[in-house]
Amino acid sequence: MSDATTHRQAGAGHNAAPDLLELYRGLVLIRRCEERLSQMFSEGEVPGFIHLSIGQEAVSVGVMAALTPDDTIASTHRGHGHAIAKGLSLDGFFAELLARETGLCKGRGGSMHVADMSVGMLGANGIVGAGLSIALGSALAHRTRKTGAIAVAFFGDGALAEGLLHECLNMAALWKLPLLFVCENNGWGEFLPTSKQLSFALKDLAAAYRIPHLCIDGNDVALVADHAVRIVAEVRHGGPRILECLTTRVRGHFEGDAQKYRDADELAALSARDPLRIAAGHLAELGFDEAALGGIADEVEARIDVSVEAARAAGFPAFADAMADVYTPAQGAA
Amino acid sequence: MAEMRYLKAINQALTDAMAADPSVILIGEDVSEAGGAFGASRGLRERFGAERVLDTPISEAALAGAAVGAALSGLRPVAEIMFMDFTTLVMDALVNQAAKARFMFGGQRSVPMVLRTPHGGGLGAGPQHSQCLEAWFAHVPGLKVVCPSDPASAYGLLRAAIDDPDPVVFVEHKGLYAMKSEVPDTLPILPLGKAATLREGRDVTIVAYGAAVHTAMTAAATLADEGIEAEILDLRSIQPWDEQAVLASLAKTHRLVIVHEAVEAFGVGAEIAARMADIGFDELDGPILRVGAPFMPVPFSKGLENAYLPSPDRVIDAVRRTLA
Repeated sequence: MSDATTHRQAGAGHNAAPDLLELYRGLVLIRRCEERLSQMFSEGEVPGFIHLSIGQEAVSVGVMAALTPDDTIASTHRGHGHAIAKGLSLDGFFAELLARETGLCKGRGGSMHVADMSVGMLGANGIVGAGLSIALGSALAHRTRKTGAIAVAFFGDGALAEGLLHECLNMAALWKLPLLFVCENNGWGEFLPTSKQLSFALKDLAAAYRIPHLCIDGNDVALVADHAVRIVAEVRHGGPRILECLTTRVRGHFEGDAQKYRDADELAALSARDPLRIAAGHLAELGFDEAALGGIADEVEARIDVSVEAARAAGFPAFADAMADVYTPAQGAA
Repeated sequence: MAEMRYLKAINQALTDAMAADPSVILIGEDVSEAGGAFGASRGLRERFGAERVLDTPISEAALAGAAVGAALSGLRPVAEIMFMDFTTLVMDALVNQAAKARFMFGGQRSVPMVLRTPHGGGLGAGPQHSQCLEAWFAHVPGLKVVCPSDPASAYGLLRAAIDDPDPVVFVEHKGLYAMKSEVPDTLPILPLGKAATLREGRDVTIVAYGAAVHTAMTAAATLADEGIEAEILDLRSIQPWDEQAVLASLAKTHRLVIVHEAVEAFGVGAEIAARMADIGFDELDGPILRVGAPFMPVPFSKGLENAYLPSPDRVIDAVRRTLA
């Protein structure tokens, strides 16, 4: 913890040093939201496909702690954590997951398309790697419009084999765009270990494109936040960077995936790397007791209850409203 | 009135749009230093700067995806894909991202981007540099598709496409780039989704777009010598298309022929024919006929390509058939 504290102070040029208790609160919020979704999914209340980021929360919380509200992010199919950490409306989030008209996307997108443009969250994405070029364009817009903001592209190690990634790395480096690439390396691409999908490591790609690359433990939120604060400041003024976060996919590729392809030892070892456990350990060293942390969890659960109940009470979207929104309604039209 | 080439009209539309709105940028392969593979963006880098006229590497997927991201972040990008055949490489950006972002995000934000691309044969460019693939895009809810036939409509429709809040695939026929015609001194912006009647006639309606409009006009001149008066509708916009204009003309002539250079099967003509067979059924005095390319890739050898492209003779044959 002392290293991290030193780093935070040293790196706190642009943003204030993230407070570990606040970071922990962010982790708990994502974890409890997704556990609630998992439960509701298993009970048949959440329709469609959902992909949970349990075990990866520290990447979302740590990176987002370094961003301003004007910074934009493009996310993945496993995007709940990114969205929640970027500060999207929790009511709108649960309403969307429950396919209600009050959802952020009016019940038209669901889990894989959660977006909140008002907080710079340009969307989860059902297509692996697609968010990379959207973030590329957003970074280009920031530079052209001189907003001073940056764009962040989140992607998994499964996306490393997508051709679009290579195009985007090249263009971001060529144009020195304010674009941070955040690779959430959980070792899996759907049902196959990425060790069986990739002939290279991201650091080698980074070297080829001459983009500074750093690989860190993505499950230590304080560490992620410290590095993110420093690297985001570099991106803002110096062009693209790659932050590779080694992390853990605890749940299956999708909810309902029994993960028969994973061995018991690997799954058993995950709890030792649990981002909440790691953060709680650091907080204990700083003198925060279990009661304090439990209080955070209680607050979060109460907040989630409010959103879930509001979503349950909301109506389902009307077909005519959806039909009227395929194109932008003409100005002056209803 | 002055004469203007189709390519100059595109260039003028880009110039005027960029002058009118600082959020308009151009992005594509060779659009900046080279001024465009066909010259559509010549002089724009010098006038508006390299920051707004961006040469990309040969990375169609990324440049199209970047246009989506830029459009979601406050710009109005105009992306160029050098040949329509290369739009196979931008399908995800257009179909899964641009077309759906407004809808699937609940109308939070529109995607004001234009993707310009030339289609069409006649230049001996072969199977991968000649295709007319507009029907693919017209099939995707959320995209608009435009295909002008002459300099004035190229200008007016491109200005409208850039002003439009939604993603527009703007298809130019590369065989028309050198075409010159009279245009008014002040070129108007033309609405998307509206057809133009280029020739009035009582006997048959011929609907066409892009270069096929000229094939239809040539056919109409020959038919007029035989006493058959064809009404020519230039569709201009393919998605949305001017259903009411086609229906109104059909109500006048009671016969309909649709002409396009794209492959006939499963094409734009099929959609128009199906709609008119539905809402215009009572007006029809003959079969609705289509004239398009045969079901084969665009061939290279001149004789093959000439036989492949829809000709005035095939339009005349179709008109005679529906009048028989």
